[in-house]
Amino acid sequence: MKLELRGITKRFGTLVANDSIDLTVNPGEIHALLGENGAGKSTLMNVLYGLYTADEGQILLDDKPQDFDGPGDAMAAGIGMVHQHFMLIPVFTVAENVALGHEPTKALGALDTAKARQQVIEISERFGFNVDPDALVEDLPVGVQQRVEIIKALSRDAKVLVLDEPTAVLTPQETDELMEIMRQLASSGTSIVFITHKLREVKEVADTITVIRLGKVVGSASPNASTSELASLMVGREVELTISKKQAEVGDVILKVEDIAALDDRGQRAVDGVSFEVRGGEVLAVAGVQGNGQTELAEVLLGLRSSLSGRGHIELTGQDVTEASVRARLDIGLGYVPEDRKKDGLVSEFTIAENMMLNASYKSRFTKGLSINFPARAKISADLVKEFDVRTPSIDTPAGNLSGGNQQKVVVARELSRDVNLLIAAQPTRGVDVGSIEFIHEQIISERDAGKAVLLISTELDEVLALADRIAVMYRGKIVGIVEPSATREQLGKLMAGVSA
Amino acid sequence: MSNNEDRFSQALKEILAGGFTRTIISVILGFLVGALFMIGSNPEFIESLGYFFSRPADALGAAWSVVNEGYGALFKGAIYNGDADTFVKAIKPMTETLRLGAPLILAGLGLGLTFRVGLFNIGGTGQLITGLIFAVFVATRMELPFFLHLPLAIIAAVVGATLLGALVGFLKARTGAHEVILTIMFNYIMLYFFTFLMRDPALLQEQAATGNPKADPAAETALLPLLLGDEFKLHWGIILAIVAVFVFWWLMERSTIGFRLRMVGYNPDAARAAGINVERTYVLAMGLSAAFVGLAAANQALGTQFGLTPSAHANIGFDAITVALLGGSNAPGILLAGLLFGAFKAGSPSMQVLGVSPEVLGIVQGAIVLFIAAPPLIRAMFRLPKPQTTNVLGEIRDRIFRKGGAK
Repeated sequence: MKLELRGITKRFGTLVANDSIDLTVNPGEIHALLGENGAGKSTLMNVLYGLYTADEGQILLDDKPQDFDGPGDAMAAGIGMVHQHFMLIPVFTVAENVALGHEPTKALGALDTAKARQQVIEISERFGFNVDPDALVEDLPVGVQQRVEIIKALSRDAKVLVLDEPTAVLTPQETDELMEIMRQLASSGTSIVFITHKLREVKEVADTITVIRLGKVVGSASPNASTSELASLMVGREVELTISKKQAEVGDVILKVEDIAALDDRGQRAVDGVSFEVRGGEVLAVAGVQGNGQTELAEVLLGLRSSLSGRGHIELTGQDVTEASVRARLDIGLGYVPEDRKKDGLVSEFTIAENMMLNASYKSRFTKGLSINFPARAKISADLVKEFDVRTPSIDTPAGNLSGGNQQKVVVARELSRDVNLLIAAQPTRGVDVGSIEFIHEQIISERDAGKAVLLISTELDEVLALADRIAVMYRGKIVGIVEPSATREQLGKLMAGVSA
Repeated sequence: MSNNEDRFSQALKEILAGGFTRTIISVILGFLVGALFMIGSNPEFIESLGYFFSRPADALGAAWSVVNEGYGALFKGAIYNGDADTFVKAIKPMTETLRLGAPLILAGLGLGLTFRVGLFNIGGTGQLITGLIFAVFVATRMELPFFLHLPLAIIAAVVGATLLGALVGFLKARTGAHEVILTIMFNYIMLYFFTFLMRDPALLQEQAATGNPKADPAAETALLPLLLGDEFKLHWGIILAIVAVFVFWWLMERSTIGFRLRMVGYNPDAARAAGINVERTYVLAMGLSAAFVGLAAANQALGTQFGLTPSAHANIGFDAITVALLGGSNAPGILLAGLLFGAFKAGSPSMQVLGVSPEVLGIVQGAIVLFIAAPPLIRAMFRLPKPQTTNVLGEIRDRIFRKGGAK
């Protein structure tokens, strides 16, 4: 079945999540939708699946316009979707899960389990899925659970199968198996939309690639395109970021990381033997395509995630902090701008003033004995709001009411107003408006010029090139190279794709 | 943290963020529901329904008079009795409301504290009973002068309750067991352990053992003194409650401890990144919460001259949940909610005298909290999305003006 999206536009308030996107998927084609997190891939697919209604544009199946009023309509029209988070009932068997929602019944509405089992066995054998219909879903590994989702979609005669970040939860072996399955499905005529931000997978399996950035299609490519070309399409280069900065005056080693390793939430090794140093007065940028261990690295450095024991160590201003608590590290002088400010950086329900003292609630300038020093807090907050140009009606406004850029300024203001030796800034300008980006960049550079060490973790190549004094590129949990900022985009692109310099 | 827990913590947050207007509306609706039950169970009203269409005024009149009498009796029994011949008798109902409200306020503060931290503490009963055990031991098995005995008995109640609360927090932090399950099960364990202790004279059973589980009356030196003289039963428990309200207010709104407790309640992830040991905070929150419940236990054990029986917890542990929810888990709210439900307890005998079943008040109490808690709870239970527009008026306005104002 041929799928065509024409001029799809979806707005959420003032945010344009999809901006007149065109996309054509031919029968039997594996079409990769490539883009960073937040680029609008999932929104587009939710429009296709009938979960959202597009503000503008049309969906056509085999050249016939469709009007979906919900996932039911989309399924009936032959669209199947495998979500990133599985929609399975853990205590049901595979057959029961597959049957759920359109159960085959016998007389008097009794569930026809035999038929449901038969269906699973049939599909499973046709594509070599090797799934036991009587197994309980909770006992299955994630890779097999995903196959159950695919069987579920196929059992409803899906002709177009959407896989939303299917490899995010899989091990490398399971990923390879999934790709094999995708090829088989495509060769039997199913069209596949494959959403991902992982370049290697795209090159391996896709027939056509469409790259989305900030809600727009920024280009399409064939799988023969070089990885660096794809990477630079993905991270974009429309906005020229320029910031004047003087030559770095490099001081003592502030952060020393030696051979640390850590697991991600799924127990896979995400950081694998990383070593580097950051000196006072320099910005070390960690670049790389998202999901190569940068998030986990930042969490290990703050102490939120434990590094694998007995291996490597972390030194902050000469002190061994490998086993230290988060609070101890903050006290030594670590400033942290988290990747996800809403989750880790702010309490949305708290006022700006309360957020300013978030990590200084023990003995600090905000406290007086066991009480909060309210006058001091009000004064410090008002000063910071002014200095960092936070646009807010008052310091008593809940942080959740601010725009993304202003929220980020609150976080940056808080971290920089503490006396830090090392600033770890993870994606400091993600989801931030252009004006605030410039301001935050200036603040980071002025920290550096004041002799502080800065570790910038960013997937935005432009940001990395504008701010960094040295660039470390991460790929699959390892640092594959540390280069000067004079390196070309192509060199960086190659490193980001795992080709050592 | 599991998804499940996230959903319920989210629901808790929404309940507490309900606001003053919704609370007042809920209270009024609760009284209306109670009125319907009173009317529906009134024989005169049912009889007059038979000829409703010929003489509707009879039915309406009967309905009005039963509601009027019922709630009138509640007022007389709980606030001010205008028919009384002496001033003392007239204001006695008010003092009874204060006396019965005090333990509800104290325990309500305790449970409200955990709600603010995003924990569902259902263990008020278990913690209260642990406090009773400790207090009864000190009050009946020790001989001390008044100025030592009473404070020691109060402290014992607080320590006992705190130990159980902190244990729950510790088990949650260490093993990840859910606090709802832990607290509910400890309720049973402590209830039957209490009964067990009161079955053996070597333990806590009264010396004149009758075979029934019952403790000795507290020593006079351990009793909370009467506040307004012998004509009223009101004792110093209410002073304890008022002081506790101020302590709670300072703790939650003014102190850095409360700041961290609230932070963990709103966003445990951000709290972790801010250097706060979230697990230890859960232990602290459960302990502090139980300390307030322990004061309620002191009030129960030391506020009566009679020996305690296994039912001495008087269901305060559960009633306190409704007090905390109605009071929005903040100090002034809990004070008012505790007094309201204390008034229900004080007023129910005089309703019964009139033949109106006092259980109606239980229905009112349940209905009030249901109206406050149900919308977010129901969403959490059925995994419904939060409606995009919570402001109904705004939505209607948008619909009306969309035609004209749309671009």
